[in-house]
Amino acid sequence: MKIHEFQGKEIFRRYGIPVPDGEIATTPDEAQKIAEKLGGKLVVKAQIHAGGRGKGSLTKAAEIHGVKVVTEAKDARAHAQALLGNALHTHQTGPEGQVVRRVLIERATDIAKEYYVGLVLDRETARVTFIASTEGGMEIEKVAAEMPEKILRLGVDPATGVQAFHGRKLAYGLGFTGDTANKAAKLLAKLYQVFIDTDASLVEINPLVLTKSGDVIALDAKVNFDDNAMTRHPELLALRDVEEEDTRERAAKDAELSYVALDGNIGCLVNGAGLAMSTMDIIKYVGGEPANFLDVGGGATAAQVTTAFKIILQDPKVKAILVNIFGGIAKCDVIASGIITAAKEVGLKMPLIVRLEGTNVELGKKLLGESGLSITPANDMLDAAKKAVKAAGGGK
Amino acid sequence: MSVLVNKDTRVLVQGITGSAGSFHAKLMLEYGTKIVGGVTPGRGGQKFENKVPIFDTVEQAVKGTGANATVVYVPPAFAADAILEAMDGGISLIIAITEGIPILDMVKVKRSLGSRPKARLIGPNCPGIITPGECKIGIMPGHIHKPGHVGVVSRSGTLTYEAVDQLTKLGIGQSTCIGIGGDPVNGTNFIDCLKLFNDDPETEAVVMIGEIGGTAEEAAAQWAANNMTKPIAAFVAGSSAPKGKRMGHAGAIISGGKGTAKEKFAALENAGIATTANPAEIGITLKKALEKHH
Repeated sequence: MKIHEFQGKEIFRRYGIPVPDGEIATTPDEAQKIAEKLGGKLVVKAQIHAGGRGKGSLTKAAEIHGVKVVTEAKDARAHAQALLGNALHTHQTGPEGQVVRRVLIERATDIAKEYYVGLVLDRETARVTFIASTEGGMEIEKVAAEMPEKILRLGVDPATGVQAFHGRKLAYGLGFTGDTANKAAKLLAKLYQVFIDTDASLVEINPLVLTKSGDVIALDAKVNFDDNAMTRHPELLALRDVEEEDTRERAAKDAELSYVALDGNIGCLVNGAGLAMSTMDIIKYVGGEPANFLDVGGGATAAQVTTAFKIILQDPKVKAILVNIFGGIAKCDVIASGIITAAKEVGLKMPLIVRLEGTNVELGKKLLGESGLSITPANDMLDAAKKAVKAAGGGK
Repeated sequence: MSVLVNKDTRVLVQGITGSAGSFHAKLMLEYGTKIVGGVTPGRGGQKFENKVPIFDTVEQAVKGTGANATVVYVPPAFAADAILEAMDGGISLIIAITEGIPILDMVKVKRSLGSRPKARLIGPNCPGIITPGECKIGIMPGHIHKPGHVGVVSRSGTLTYEAVDQLTKLGIGQSTCIGIGGDPVNGTNFIDCLKLFNDDPETEAVVMIGEIGGTAEEAAAQWAANNMTKPIAAFVAGSSAPKGKRMGHAGAIISGGKGTAKEKFAALENAGIATTANPAEIGITLKKALEKHH
């Protein structure tokens, strides 16, 4: 689960991680009031769930960027007005961008030097691991690719948790000295505590800055949470902004299905993540383009299939639907009945190609053939993919 | 004839009174698995299906039954606790089926596993392990399997069934099939399984099914190039997956441009492993690799 920068900064504040003074505005009036209250040089920052907002610009006006430094309250208001309600596109959004619904107005910082610090789970060592670099402001993936020697990595033993030396090692490693090294070290230890306490999957400050007056401040805050742990964090679930999520992905998530939208025209409905990916792969292998990834889970009940059909049908690009169910323990006749019920309930008109495998497979195929719906049974994955590509008009 | 489990494996079911646990415990019993006990706190002293004794703790269950393996069907929020209890109870083989365990819970479990060299965890978020005709521990459909000499190791569930089904339909039986799970932090990895199959005199070849995310396939390819004496056929799911999107499994994500199917296929091919980009041809790819080897 992702949250906004301003929400991440609120969490940082609670842990004593210094962030610039600032407030959130949803209207130009609010932006002006906040700007007048804060006074002086300010930064107006678009709040969307995507990085690259400074370089990103409005879909309808390329000269207007997501982040702007202003000195007058009226300019803060003008920039808020320009951003609010309009789509901002960055390298992390699609070309259509994401609509800006809030702007963060902050006091500007006199930057002496910028750094990158983040925490992720390292899969190989199974440890929460610090990643730090002197190349602040740059995307860490780019630094890793171009200047891997500039990246410091430090895993934390879960049995001890973060220790003071972790912070010192990183702070001195980044070139901090004297009192600022102490400040940076303390900040890093607190950052680890944020990660653990919130069941985060990513915590990132880019840039972390050393100010001209010697303070160490988080100018940005990116915090993602582990979806699997959210049941024990009702307070964090309240931070979810559903407007930032793809409508179909959101509907799938709410129905406990796993859905990812793609660009093709063959809708896929599969049980199990590995088989769902393979179904997309085989569609591509035979020259077609999948419209989505959709995993209905190992079981595939009629209710889940109905919801899945509804989600797939929201995509106007879809010309045919391929259902690939390896029933295994579940009986194919039961699954077939579920598919027929679901197809009737949603009034499915487009070609539906169904591959079933498992117990009672022949009975399942017979039911599909006699359903009166436009269902084409397939013998195996390859057969199903070929039939689906043909039904969709030969792929993309 | 197999690795890790056989007809003598004595299995506990943790969460045996829950819906998934009781459903699959029945199927495992029908398959012939020696289910010697169940664990559900507060239900100690009762019996499952009028024959399997239920215990309050793993420790009591081990004392009472001599169990040497356990399968965890406990809900995600409590699953790490169940795995740690199994380790504490001295169980040497722990199979965790549960999907959706918080990742930081698994970080702790993995750390604790490091201090218990005799304990092996398979999963979590996996279909389990089966030695066809002898012992089925997990949620896989037993009837698609056939006793034989091909080891199967996979990060997936239903895709593994697909591959096993292809093998069985070609008349190729399996020694043992191991689902290592789709989570980013798991107990047993590809290399562990390849080692076991390489050392098992009854296993002649291995099917390996990977997917996008992480570098476990690359590491396995490297290990196989240096150590494996038996042919391997491999498939990697997710060639068509976009970057930065989680594809169902918590571990199936291309992050920072790393963990693509393309890189994994290249590493496997460089290691001399037979690969196929067509998931409908996993069985036939293994068959050809086996014929070439003979």
